[in-house]
Amino acid sequence: MLKDWFGKSKYVTVKISGKLNKKNHKNEDGRLWTKCPGCKEIIFNKKLLENLMVCPKCNYHIRLSARDRLQITVDENSFNEFGEDLKTNDVIEFPGYKNKLDEAIMKTGLKEAVLTGEATIDNYPVVIAIMDFNFMGGSMGTVAGEKITLAIEKAIEEKKPLIIFSAAGGARMQEGTLSLMQMAKTSAAIKKLNKKGILYISVLTDPTSGGVTASFASLGDIIMSEPGALIAFAGPRVIKQTISTKLPEGFQRAEFLLEHGMIDLVSPRHEMRGNLARLLKMHNIEVTRNAQ
Amino acid sequence: MPSNILEFEKPLIELEEKIKELQSFMEEKDLDLSNEIERLKKRALNLQKEIYANLEPEQIIKIARHPKRPTSLYYIQKIFDDFIELHGDRKFGDDKALIGGIAMFEGLPVTVIGHQKGRSTKENIKRNFGMAHPEGYRKALRLMKQADKFNRPIISFINTTGAYPGIGAEERGQAEAIAVNLMEMSDLKVPIIVVVIGEGGSGGALGIGLGDEILAFEYSYYSVSSPEACAAILWKDADRAAEAARALKITATDLLEYGIIERIIKEPIGGAHKNPEKAASILKKELLNSINEFKKLSVNELLKKRHLKFRQIGNQGKKVKTRRYKNLEVLK
Repeated sequence: MLKDWFGKSKYVTVKISGKLNKKNHKNEDGRLWTKCPGCKEIIFNKKLLENLMVCPKCNYHIRLSARDRLQITVDENSFNEFGEDLKTNDVIEFPGYKNKLDEAIMKTGLKEAVLTGEATIDNYPVVIAIMDFNFMGGSMGTVAGEKITLAIEKAIEEKKPLIIFSAAGGARMQEGTLSLMQMAKTSAAIKKLNKKGILYISVLTDPTSGGVTASFASLGDIIMSEPGALIAFAGPRVIKQTISTKLPEGFQRAEFLLEHGMIDLVSPRHEMRGNLARLLKMHNIEVTRNAQ
Repeated sequence: MPSNILEFEKPLIELEEKIKELQSFMEEKDLDLSNEIERLKKRALNLQKEIYANLEPEQIIKIARHPKRPTSLYYIQKIFDDFIELHGDRKFGDDKALIGGIAMFEGLPVTVIGHQKGRSTKENIKRNFGMAHPEGYRKALRLMKQADKFNRPIISFINTTGAYPGIGAEERGQAEAIAVNLMEMSDLKVPIIVVVIGEGGSGGALGIGLGDEILAFEYSYYSVSSPEACAAILWKDADRAAEAARALKITATDLLEYGIIERIIKEPIGGAHKNPEKAASILKKELLNSINEFKKLSVNELLKKRHLKFRQIGNQGKKVKTRRYKNLEVLK
């Protein structure tokens, strides 16, 4: 009965976001505290980690590494990585690229700017790709594009929903026009996914711009973002240079995009995992049995 | 120096001026210097050949950006028997930086789209210097879907510095417009032939650039970012643009080597702007060849080929081929 549906007062209950556990609370420079990039307050790392790296004073969402994002998003011990051995060559022999790559690998422990695998979220099976801005600005070169495409194809193959967390400066300059073409490659793969009726949720995190915004990241059935995330095609600095006028307040932030109809919802970090689970449920995704 | 004089042609221009001087001197004094003039003319031709055989990428960019370089509309008028421009995206407006319509090509109806630059300052302002807004990309998609419906091949001319970086463009979803074009173009059931006629500036170029065949004029370029922006971002020094132009591998020759384009279209000596008519007739021949080749393919074959082409991009070419196989092994 229709009446019964309206009579229900409770929404689906889901677990809140996972915890962010770290062996120690020290920053790279050995400090136990962090200055919030938003309000400039000094916050103890322990407090920040408990709060999923969201400033308890001003709600600023500090950027997360791909591994940290994974930890707070998927069920414990559910992640099965694929494509982890893929590593890019210096395809066009770009000056200084090899060193930059080595630095990025050292810094992040990743081989590329995107982490891909299968996992469950509140027992719903998903294929997940998470970009890491610490890896050369999350830029998409041939291998990042390849891994995103592999994730899309895995979702098609396994008939599992696809979730991509984007964080990127755009296409990677050090791999020239081949990087640009990854926009075409990934977007074409999304077309195939759509034809198969597979759900794709795109989550834009701070910052997502350039060729990543202008390809798969903008093609989700549902597009979510974290509060305050910068989402752009051309970055604010480029626009400022071109038009030499002041940019509007909050320009290119998640709330601005919501206002202009470019994204579906802005979800605070604490609610992200819950929102993903709710959406998965609404798409009749079957819960994995024997889940822990 | 006016911007339509190419700096690397300076010795050639000096020589040509000397020939002119000699000619008027000969007429004035009633002397026969024709042997000397012939000799100099030959020297000029050789010099031109030599200059154009050894162009650096940053010099090619200068030709690609030459204010007199033939535009999309020029080629459209020269190549097709009839053309009706169609306007608007049906959502917001009509972008004059990205034009399109239906044309007759040797008796065959085709849909044509292309970036349009201006030739004068006034026209360039109208055309926004060939930098399109989201409505331009959406108009292009509307026309391409129309082509799909009526089974017309699509010919797309690329000539843009990039998609316009402005407030309105961002508000109306520049990124989304380009992304949707890429997604939809990958699956249109008609042949798409893309020609880079001048500047292939990043996502703004690619937004109408996913095709079955990508051709590039000899002195065009196609890049992930403008060399100026690349130098400014990577090296914090916009003056190192020439170095970036070389590093980014953006010339037609490079693009062919990396499997991004299928063919290079030869230009008249000195570039397309020196002899636009000839450039147009060379282009027409190339397009005719392509269209005739595509006629032989079924829709399934066409789409299969297109999907494979973009699926492999960056994984093919002699430098990366081995890695592709390695990838596959790793994935097993």
